[in-house]
Amino acid sequence: MYVAVKGGERAIANAHRLLDHERRGDRAVPELSPTQIDEQLALAVDRVMSEGSLYDRGLAALAIKQARGDLIEAIFLVRAYRTTLPRFGYSNPVDTGRMAIRRRISATYKDLPGGQVLGPTFDYTHRLIDFALAAEREVAEPLTAPVGPDTETPRVTDMIANDDLIERNLKTDETKPVGDLTRDPLAFPADRDLRLQNLARGDEGFLLALGYSTQRGYGRNHPFVGEIRMGEVEIELEIPELGLTASLGAVTLTECQMVNQFKGSLTEPARFTRGYGLSFGHCERRAMSMALVDRALRAKEFGEERKGPAQDEEFVLSHSDNVQSTGFVEHLKLPHYVDFQAELALLRQMRSEFEARQASSHPEAAE
Amino acid sequence: MSQPAQHPADPRTEAMRLLARSLPEELSGPLQSHWPRLETRTIRAPETGLVMLRGRMGGDGAPFNLGEATVSRAVIELSTGERGYGQLLGRNRDHAALAATVEALNQRQTDRPDVERLILAPIRRRLTAEAQRQRAETAATKVDFFTLVRAEG
Repeated sequence: MYVAVKGGERAIANAHRLLDHERRGDRAVPELSPTQIDEQLALAVDRVMSEGSLYDRGLAALAIKQARGDLIEAIFLVRAYRTTLPRFGYSNPVDTGRMAIRRRISATYKDLPGGQVLGPTFDYTHRLIDFALAAEREVAEPLTAPVGPDTETPRVTDMIANDDLIERNLKTDETKPVGDLTRDPLAFPADRDLRLQNLARGDEGFLLALGYSTQRGYGRNHPFVGEIRMGEVEIELEIPELGLTASLGAVTLTECQMVNQFKGSLTEPARFTRGYGLSFGHCERRAMSMALVDRALRAKEFGEERKGPAQDEEFVLSHSDNVQSTGFVEHLKLPHYVDFQAELALLRQMRSEFEARQASSHPEAAE
Repeated sequence: MSQPAQHPADPRTEAMRLLARSLPEELSGPLQSHWPRLETRTIRAPETGLVMLRGRMGGDGAPFNLGEATVSRAVIELSTGERGYGQLLGRNRDHAALAATVEALNQRQTDRPDVERLILAPIRRRLTAEAQRQRAETAATKVDFFTLVRAEG
């Protein structure tokens, strides 16, 4: 039985008006602009762009304002917006080896060609609340240091690869189609291209917990951070009618190269294996977590026993998307009156049958 | 493979690279002051859409789809027949049309020196200064490792 119910329009309209009011907050406090959010809550913007899977700082900042700082709601808004736009095409794969580096660290090599630069980082701060930030204040200009002539900054994994101590990334047929979750629904088993796309837009908390679980023994893979780098990379698009490649500008990316324990065989000497993380913006925790989970999901490829949740491709890829997750969890608060009535009726029937049985097996109790 | 835009051999792709990084006022200002009566025709109306950005597994392996970016583009033709292509990240369609107009002007031999002097050179100077400042600020955070004297025992 399906019962259509109407009503609540006025309540909904008034609730949304009240939401507008609450969003604005105390009118005596200056209103926040998307530009302020972009500039001063930049890492929230980075997260919304990553999980919204759409690089557009202004849009992500506006979504954060509209969502009152609820980042998953903001991500939902960004995902909904992207469905209104046509797809122009696919960029050439970015070259992170030519990144304009703003941060680059390695936990495996102290002395890297090109050096280690900390950039703007929370690392080594004391995590003490800075009460001075509560007031407006003058912020000192950053220090500068002389820059030598353009020094190359090779990826650390390429350096290890030169000694043949780490697995090399397979050069594949560039004409082979690349899986795209926005075009085709996810199917299993999923190749690594689809897995990486899924993880790149996955919920940071979910990826972090899974990555952590692999360190605690649920799919142990003993990682080292070969390198983390953050900075700007060029985006290029082929323009077929001109037969040339045009730059569209640059985006900020964070890349994590995780180096993991060895794999060899009768015919191949042992080599380090790798996990890879790449994220929009400055999202180090997310890139690291992605690299851990990417490596865990390669278990089958390396013939490893799969016993941890992070190694279970179907579990990970089906639950990583926080827009899907929140949609299904939050739908529970929508009216389920008819379903619930059906369950009530079923429960009442079970109860009456139970009571009838009780009465027939203990006839004296009914007296 | 086409020439990558970062080390362009071709002046046209170099101009496109600069225009994609321009500020709208770096284009609209000179266009209004130096080419106030420019006759143009819209070949492809300015529009905003998506480009799927790709990465490579491990940085240099097989490609995968990382996520999309908003991109605006336009094609503008001058009355003398030159067609300019504008394409840049973001949702500013007017900006894409301005870039396309400048790209068309840059193909007209008589205008090219002025486009270079009034538009492209200032953008290049700004980008160079910004990149130098950023590299100098980053260089100040470079780690100088030193080894402490190790006690033998």
